[in-house]
Amino acid sequence: MSAAEPTPVAAPRPAVRRSAGGSAGGHFTPEILTRARELIAVYPEPRSALIPLCHLAQEQDGWLRPEAMAEIAGLLDITPAEVLGTASFYDMLHTEPVGTHVISVCTNIACLLDGALELLEHAETSLGINAGGTTSDGTITLEEAECLADCDRAPCVQVNHRYVGAQTNESFDRLVADLRSGALSADIPAHGTLIRVRRSTGLQADRSRVAAERAAMEEARARRAAEAEAAGGGAG
Amino acid sequence: MAITDPPKIITSRVGFDDSYTLERYLATGGYEGLRKALTMTPEAVAHEVDQASLLGRGGAGFPAGRKWSMLRKDPVTYLVVNGDESEPATFKDHLLVERDPHQLVEGVLIAAFALQVSQVFIYLRGEFALGLERVQSALNEAYAHGAVGTDIFGSGFSVDVVVHPGAGAYICGEETALLESLEGKRGFPRIKPPFFPAAIGLYGQPTVVNNVETMSNLPWIVQHGGAAFAALGEGRSTGTRLFALAGHVNHPGVFEVEMVKTTFHDLIHAPVLGGGIRHGRELKAFIPGGVSAPWFGPDQIDLPLGQDEVADAGSMLGSGSVVVMDDQTCAVRAAWRITKFFSRESCGQCTPCREGSGWLERIMERIETGSGRAEDLDLLLDACDNIAPGLTWPPQQTTICVLGPSIPSSIGSAIEMFRDEFLVHIKEGGCPFA
Repeated sequence: MSAAEPTPVAAPRPAVRRSAGGSAGGHFTPEILTRARELIAVYPEPRSALIPLCHLAQEQDGWLRPEAMAEIAGLLDITPAEVLGTASFYDMLHTEPVGTHVISVCTNIACLLDGALELLEHAETSLGINAGGTTSDGTITLEEAECLADCDRAPCVQVNHRYVGAQTNESFDRLVADLRSGALSADIPAHGTLIRVRRSTGLQADRSRVAAERAAMEEARARRAAEAEAAGGGAG
Repeated sequence: MAITDPPKIITSRVGFDDSYTLERYLATGGYEGLRKALTMTPEAVAHEVDQASLLGRGGAGFPAGRKWSMLRKDPVTYLVVNGDESEPATFKDHLLVERDPHQLVEGVLIAAFALQVSQVFIYLRGEFALGLERVQSALNEAYAHGAVGTDIFGSGFSVDVVVHPGAGAYICGEETALLESLEGKRGFPRIKPPFFPAAIGLYGQPTVVNNVETMSNLPWIVQHGGAAFAALGEGRSTGTRLFALAGHVNHPGVFEVEMVKTTFHDLIHAPVLGGGIRHGRELKAFIPGGVSAPWFGPDQIDLPLGQDEVADAGSMLGSGSVVVMDDQTCAVRAAWRITKFFSRESCGQCTPCREGSGWLERIMERIETGSGRAEDLDLLLDACDNIAPGLTWPPQQTTICVLGPSIPSSIGSAIEMFRDEFLVHIKEGGCPFA
């Protein structure tokens, strides 16, 4: 082996990557795709947008479909396996279909002390499913959750990650009826929609302008320091 | 002991229905701290925070001013705000992001100016759907108001703030796991050294990571001076702090109280705070600072709410969450549920934590459900000892992060304080409280 030309130990990655996604693209609607590109643009490294893009995919489909993961991989220039490998770490990213309403019942310590296990048992009986399951009509998925940080309203319940306050067996059944009838749809969007507020355009500082202003700022800072020194005392 | 009546430093607005709007924020002195900070030098702003000796409110309690000054030698590239509040029974940041998002934004901007950082990320746990919307709305309003973006308030200082949602993983509250997650990866904590965020943080660059509550204190500190903040509290525990009180009390909730001057007894029993134990029952035990902390019994209720005071007594103030258990509570069941939590949330990188947590959970479950064995107590302690050798406090570290060594706390406390209950479970083949 010549020293000047080391043998490559692996094929160049991009060649492996893009093709691994198969026919990536075309799954997202134009609106979702626009928002995905907006999200990618706010990060210094595209991959940082992975979780926000997974949330966006769930907003479109209700869960994280393989086609969506492939398209995310294409947008971020990574492999679909890397998307799946990351997404599968997180409880909120569902790589299997879930119901329109994901009901999370917390049973962690504060809720446990307020009867959360009994509430979960009631929920399982009344919905006819075990925690982790989805009703046959596809409307409700029930989850046993870890602490949701609403411990003064225990046992704490969220629907699609929106707090609905402490629940009794009776109020839980009413909640389910209201979800099914659509009475709560204004407050609780279908599963997957997480952030309904979009970042105002133009919020991101232009990089070259930031650099120029930063230089000016440092100059001003040096000037202030020099002035402070001339005045005979340091800051503070 | 009388309860002091300190100024409301971070909960002054939460009583208003529209507390999260820019209109309300501006009507109550909002963005005045930032305006003042922008007339000062960044060093002078950092100096005020140092003077306040504000201890970080995330759990570890490291002084914020010192964290910042460690970075003076290298220019900081990123400021990351930790709002992945997931320590069980901790719900103070929930209040701050939903009820006063502008205060958080202002605090973040002050910190960014003091550190001369032009890129900030606010990482909020994904389950805060409303909080994420509130903080994004606040940023949009602040941008329109000229407080965020290029040349803020005409000062020449430019900064961009990005709200980043998590996706449900307790471990991402650990700062290096949070950075991994923010880079679009699984939330695996990084080994320290060398991966101290101050040296090698986000994208390998020097990064400051501060908690939501820590940031929310900054507008007040800049406006009133670090000395005014430090005048409250006692010793190292200065200022006021939010305590999240949950469990068997009459008024669970988040309370802002003066540190050290207030005791656990005040917090639990004072009519304006916890209002006493529910249904006239007696206190059995309480957890002083999140489920990673060893438990306290009624004899320790007069301890002050101070970081060093609680540490000296063998536990920690941690994330400021206090869980109260009354005399009808099954200690085995409580410790089992906490163990199950750690088992579910272990990231799986380190063997003692990944294997140990599941093993402990299964033993705890069989004791609670009536299949416990006589040798199980020793087995529990032996497994705990393999995760945190010697079962000391603070625990010995056998893993990359502190999640693993936190697992034995509740089991150790429950066995130490309520050994008889374990024995009854095993002897009678079931839970005596069921």
